[in-house]
Amino acid sequence: MKTLRPVDVVIVGGGWTGLTMAKELATRTALKILVLERGGPRKTRDYFDSMDELDYAVRLRMMQPIRDETVTFRHSMRDRALPIRQYGSFLPGTGVGGSGEHWSGISYRYYPHDFRRLSHFVEKYGRERLPEDCDVRDWPITYDELEPDYDRAERLMGISGKAGNLRGSKIEGGNIFEGPRGSEYPTPPMKMPHLAALFRDGAHSLGYHPFPLPAATTSVAYTNPDGVARAGCSYCGYCERFGCMIGAKAQPTNTLIPVLAHQTNFELRTGAWVRRVIVEGGRVRGVRYMDPQGEEIFQPADLVFLASWTLNNTRLLLLSGVGEPYDPKTGKGVVGRNLTHQVSVPAATVFFEKPLNGFMGAGSAGVAIGDFDAMDHSHVNFCSGGALYTVCYGTRPIANFGFVPPSVTARWGPEWKKAALHYYDRTGLVRFYGEHLAYRGNYMDLDPVYKDRYGDPLIRMTLDWRDNEGNMVQFMTARAVEIGRAMGAVEIRPFPGLGRYEATRYQGTHVQGGTIIGANHTDSVVNRYLQHWRVPNLFLLGAAAFPQNPSGNPTLTAVALTYRAADAVIQRYLKNPGELI
Amino acid sequence: MRRSRRHFLTVSATTLGGALVYTFDRKPGRVHAQGAQAGAVKIPLRFFTEEEALAIAAAAARIFPSDESGPGANEAGVVIYIDRQLAAAYGRDHYRYTQGPFADGVSEQGYQGKETPREIYRACLKKLGRFHLLSAVEQDARLKQMENTLFFSLLRTHTIEGMFCDPMHGGNADLIGWQLVGFPGPRMGYFDDVDQHYGTTFRPKPASLAQILGRPVLPSEETEP
Repeated sequence: MKTLRPVDVVIVGGGWTGLTMAKELATRTALKILVLERGGPRKTRDYFDSMDELDYAVRLRMMQPIRDETVTFRHSMRDRALPIRQYGSFLPGTGVGGSGEHWSGISYRYYPHDFRRLSHFVEKYGRERLPEDCDVRDWPITYDELEPDYDRAERLMGISGKAGNLRGSKIEGGNIFEGPRGSEYPTPPMKMPHLAALFRDGAHSLGYHPFPLPAATTSVAYTNPDGVARAGCSYCGYCERFGCMIGAKAQPTNTLIPVLAHQTNFELRTGAWVRRVIVEGGRVRGVRYMDPQGEEIFQPADLVFLASWTLNNTRLLLLSGVGEPYDPKTGKGVVGRNLTHQVSVPAATVFFEKPLNGFMGAGSAGVAIGDFDAMDHSHVNFCSGGALYTVCYGTRPIANFGFVPPSVTARWGPEWKKAALHYYDRTGLVRFYGEHLAYRGNYMDLDPVYKDRYGDPLIRMTLDWRDNEGNMVQFMTARAVEIGRAMGAVEIRPFPGLGRYEATRYQGTHVQGGTIIGANHTDSVVNRYLQHWRVPNLFLLGAAAFPQNPSGNPTLTAVALTYRAADAVIQRYLKNPGELI
Repeated sequence: MRRSRRHFLTVSATTLGGALVYTFDRKPGRVHAQGAQAGAVKIPLRFFTEEEALAIAAAAARIFPSDESGPGANEAGVVIYIDRQLAAAYGRDHYRYTQGPFADGVSEQGYQGKETPREIYRACLKKLGRFHLLSAVEQDARLKQMENTLFFSLLRTHTIEGMFCDPMHGGNADLIGWQLVGFPGPRMGYFDDVDQHYGTTFRPKPASLAQILGRPVLPSEETEP
C-alpha cells in the first residue's frame, strides 16, 4: 500500500454535499482540500450525447455500475437477504456530481413540523397513536435555525418557485402551508405544461392549494452569489436519468465545479474507490482507497468528510469499525438505524380525451398540493402525510408506451397496440410522495454473504412498509382519483395498493438514515453540525443523517445542512479542533 | 467485437424502410418509394442464427403487429435491435450484479436467476422452433401459453425498446416508431411551445440524435466491453 503526502481535508464523494463543503472550505480557508470520487470526470458538453433514452434511462449509464457493488435486501430479520441484482427502487449515480447530475431537481424545504416530528404528533394526538415499533425523532435543530441555510442552498442552485409564506404572510399561488421564508425564490416558477395546468385547475376546483414545484431546473438565466451563470430551462424533456446539456438544471458540475476549478487549494481525484476510514486513538488519520490501476493507497488527512450517499456513508462506518453497529433485537448501537425510503407511488393513472404533448417538459416542471402534508390526522388510520402532485418530465416512448386504461385488458397484440397508440400522449400520472416513518426493524448492517468487486461485504437493507404506510397510500389514492376526475379524465387506474416493499419499482433515490443526527451520542451518530459524536475530526454529510423521511425530497435539506456544518467548521472547529458541542 | 458472419437476415426492403409511413395524426399517408426499389437486403446477424431471427421477428410482430392501426415490429426492425443487444454487453449481463450464491427469493427482491439474457433467449428459442412458419392464430396461441414467463416479459420489453429506441441501436428504422406516437426525438427544447397547444396536437418532425448533433454517436452496444 502506497502512502501519499498528507492533505488538510479529504472529502469522500463528489456530489452535492461533498462539493458544497469543498467550495465553502476552499473559498473561505487556505486549507488544502482533496475530493475523492469513485466515478469519472464529467462536463456539461458531454450531455449532448446523453439524449438517448435507451443507454441513459434504460441501461442507466449515469448510475454506479451495479455489477461492481449493490445492496442486499430482505423484508425482515426472519428472511434471507438477496442482492438487488438490477436497479429498481433507487438509482445511485456515480461520477463527478453523483446523483446530483441525473436528479429531477424538485427542491422542497421541509416543514417546520418535520423537525419536531415526534413532539408535534404526540402533542396533537398522543403517543399511543404512533405505530408500535415506530422510532420517529425530533431533529436537534429547528426549521427557523435552518432557514438561512435553506435560503443559501436555493440561491446556490437558483431554485424556481413561488413563495407561499413570506415572513409569515400567506400568499395564494405558493404553498401556503410552508414554513415562513425569509425571501422569495431566486427565480420565478417554471412554465406550465398542459398536464400540470390540468392538475392545478382540477386541484383548485376541489378546494386544494396547488403551487408550482420548486425547481432546480431553473426557469430563467440566473447568476448565483458565487458568480456562476446558468441558462434557463428549455423543456427538452431529458432531465431525470440524464445530465443537462445546457446547464439549466443545477448540477454540481455546472454550479460548484466552476468555482472550485479556480481554486489552487482544491484537488479532485476521480476513479478513487474509498474502502476504509482509518480511525486511531479517537481521531481519523485518513482514508484507504483503490486507485484506477487497482493499487491501494493510504491518504492521510487531518479532517475527513464522508459525502458518499446514504448507503455508502453507513457502509464505510461499518466496514471501518467506527461506532457501534445497531442491533434491532436490543435497540442498542447506532450505526445503521432508522433506515427510511420515501412512500412514492403513481397514485392514479389518468387517461384523457385530448393529447397532452407530453414530450415537452422538465424534471421539476409540475404542480403539487401541500394540503395533505398539513392534514389533520384525528380521524384517519395513519399518522403521516405527503404531497399529491404531477410532474411533466417529458414523455419518452420506451418508458411510456403501453399504458392502457382499465377497459382494455390486452397487454400485447392488435387490441393493446391500438389502445396504447391512442393513449400514448393522453396518459398522465397523479403522483404521491409521502412520509416514511422510522421503525426499529428497518435498518442496515453488513451482509454476511455477498461482496463487492474488492471482496468487501455489501450493505444489507432490512426494510418493509407497515400498516401506516399502506393506509396512507390507500387514503391518498382515493384523493388522487378525485383529482383525476376533476382534471377531466375519461378513465382512471388507481394504484393497486402498497403491499410489501419492492426493490423492483422505482420509488425515488431518496434513502435516508444509517448515520442519524441527534441530541445524544447514545442514540445517534452525528451531532447537529454533522460531526461524529466519538470522532471529532470526522463529519458525515447527506441524507444518512436524517432520522426519518419527512415526505419531501432530501437534496435541498442535505445541502442546507452542509452549509450549516461548513460554518461551524470554519468559524469554530478550525480554531479549536474538537467537539463542537 | 466478435460478430457472426455466417448468418444473415434477409428482409424485404419495403418492410424494412416502412411500407406505410403514417402522418402525425396517424392517418395512413405516403408510401416509401426507395424501399420498393431496393428489393431484398441481407443484414448480418451478430447473435441469432437466421432461423432464430425469423422466429423472434415473428413473435415480436405478434406483440406489436403491423395492421390497420399502423406499422409494427417488422417495419421498425425490432429483431435487428434485439440481435445487437444480445450480442453485446446487455446480452452478457453487464448491467446486473452476477456474483453468487444464487437463490430463489420473493418477487419484491427482483430477478435472482443466473441465466443471462442470451441464455434465456437461447433456451426459449429451442422451444419456439420454427415459430415463423406457424399461422398467426397458432402463433398467438403459443405466445398466450408463454405469457407469464420471464422470456415473454423480456421479449415484450425488447419489442417496445426496438420500436422506440434511437435508430443508432438498430430499431425504430426510419423513425417509424417515433412517427407512430408523435415523439420528436431529442431536441434542444421547446421553450416557446411548452405552455401552448393545450388540448391540440403539436407534432414537430422527428429527428434522431445523430441528425440533431450532425455527427454519429456510438451506442453502448458498440462501446461497452
